[in-house]
Amino acid sequence: MRTSRPARVGQYTALLAYLVFLAFPFLWLVSTAFKPPRELGSLHPTWIPEDPTLANFRQAFDEQPLLHAALNSLLAALGAAVIAVLIATPMAYVVARRRTWLAKAVTGWVVVSQAFPFVLLIIPLFLVLKNLRMINSVPGLVLVYVVWSLPFALWMLAGYVRAVPPELEEAAAVDGAGRVRTLVSVTAPLLAPGIVATALFAFITAWNEFFFALVLLKTPEKQTLPVVLTHFIGAEGVADLGPLAAAAFLATLPSLVVFALIQRRITGGMLTGAVKS
Amino acid sequence: MDHGAWFLVLPALIPILVLSVGPLLYGILLAFTDAQSGRTEPTQWIGGLNFRDLLHDTLFWESFRIGLVWAVGVTVPQFLLALGLALLLNQDLRLRWLARALAIIPWAMPEVVVGIMWRLVYNPDAGILNETLRDVGLGGGRDWLSGLATALPAVILVGVWAGMPQTTVALLAGLQNTPRELHEAAAVDGAGAWRRFRTVTWPALRPIALAITALNLIWNFNSFALVYVLTNGGPGGRTRLPMLFAYEEAFRYGQFGYAAAMGCVMVAVISIALAVFLAGRLRGGDDA
Repeated sequence: MRTSRPARVGQYTALLAYLVFLAFPFLWLVSTAFKPPRELGSLHPTWIPEDPTLANFRQAFDEQPLLHAALNSLLAALGAAVIAVLIATPMAYVVARRRTWLAKAVTGWVVVSQAFPFVLLIIPLFLVLKNLRMINSVPGLVLVYVVWSLPFALWMLAGYVRAVPPELEEAAAVDGAGRVRTLVSVTAPLLAPGIVATALFAFITAWNEFFFALVLLKTPEKQTLPVVLTHFIGAEGVADLGPLAAAAFLATLPSLVVFALIQRRITGGMLTGAVKS
Repeated sequence: MDHGAWFLVLPALIPILVLSVGPLLYGILLAFTDAQSGRTEPTQWIGGLNFRDLLHDTLFWESFRIGLVWAVGVTVPQFLLALGLALLLNQDLRLRWLARALAIIPWAMPEVVVGIMWRLVYNPDAGILNETLRDVGLGGGRDWLSGLATALPAVILVGVWAGMPQTTVALLAGLQNTPRELHEAAAVDGAGAWRRFRTVTWPALRPIALAITALNLIWNFNSFALVYVLTNGGPGGRTRLPMLFAYEEAFRYGQFGYAAAMGCVMVAVISIALAVFLAGRLRGGDDA
């Protein structure tokens, strides 16, 4: 199909507008992160720092326990991702392969859990975790993150399972492989890329999560990166812009890198999960 | 179900029951009690008292109204902008890869960072928005996030920016499933771009568009981190979304029972709104 010239020009103009809209806040963040205080106080800020500096990064690390917070975030996100995938994969397999009442109930729960405001979940969880003495602890947060990422993990993994033809498993069974053997040597290798993508997605969601961390983690040495970042903003909303931008920029990098790796798989997984046979 | 299947299901089923289904039911029960944080007397069963109080709580309903304005105000432009971008990305344009790459940024970023980033953009002195306005001669700019009139529109714009990529990706995937031959046949028959969109593209896209809009409405209504970082509900409660309100009630004032009642009302209203929306939409077109 050929598109007329004026239509093409219009399309490119629109695309350019989208590019600017999507990119400019991030570019501004990067620019602010490298500006010395003199330029940040100037009434005529520029896009490119005239006198780029790394001082903001140093100051950010001095002001807040960023490294420690990053470590907490890493532990919470890794723990949540690994556990969520370990327990979700077998269930996703059953949900995708069998038409039982349980499969329907799980699908229903996945949908319903999206509609519940976190307040209704966090108050009872807070009370339960308090009784277990798991408030203000990273393992307690991991527990919450696991449950919180399960709906999406189940949804994606069930999609990946449906993409593995059942005929392959039947063929293995005909060849005399037992059920466990079939799962381990036929299904698992085909599922592996999907499992990795799901784990990475769970990792990012936990790394980025704020609300549960804000409620559950009280002392600075336990807090995750997003919570610590908000400490840069003072009580009156006044912030030290340079270190704030520098810390925010650093906190984003892991998510950006991981997301770039799996972007295609996520979108694929969302759709295969959505299509019911 | 046989034993093998139970063995596979239980590792996930137990946490779901103990840490999700259980707490949700517990949360609904709490709404009928006077549960408070750090109280020594036992919690009492008080029936519908929380809900009766809530009915007269004008602050809560104001926050609820703001939540609805925010949810619709974010979801609608989000959908239209995402549809436009998805249609563009479905064309053979150069720079398409760049747009795809950039679209990742808002999606992958922690919400807290999105909030911080836009605070830098909106900053009255050192922000790029006011500087640009000054450059093109539109006056000295203003303090967007603390102005009574500008705060809500300003945070809505951030909401649109943050949620656009996900919607775009979902719609784009839907577009790539529409049959190309049908498009070409329609073009050969002389159908213009708008007609082709209405008769070929939209019917194929409709189920995905409905699903993503419904999800966006829920997610946006329940959103917390963005506005917490941008304005913390201010100025004067103009951006206090229901989630922020309930959070303060529960974890600043310790009114667990009352906050749980708010949560219940939010679920109820969202469910009814969604049922009406989906029922109307599904009946609206026989091709969906």
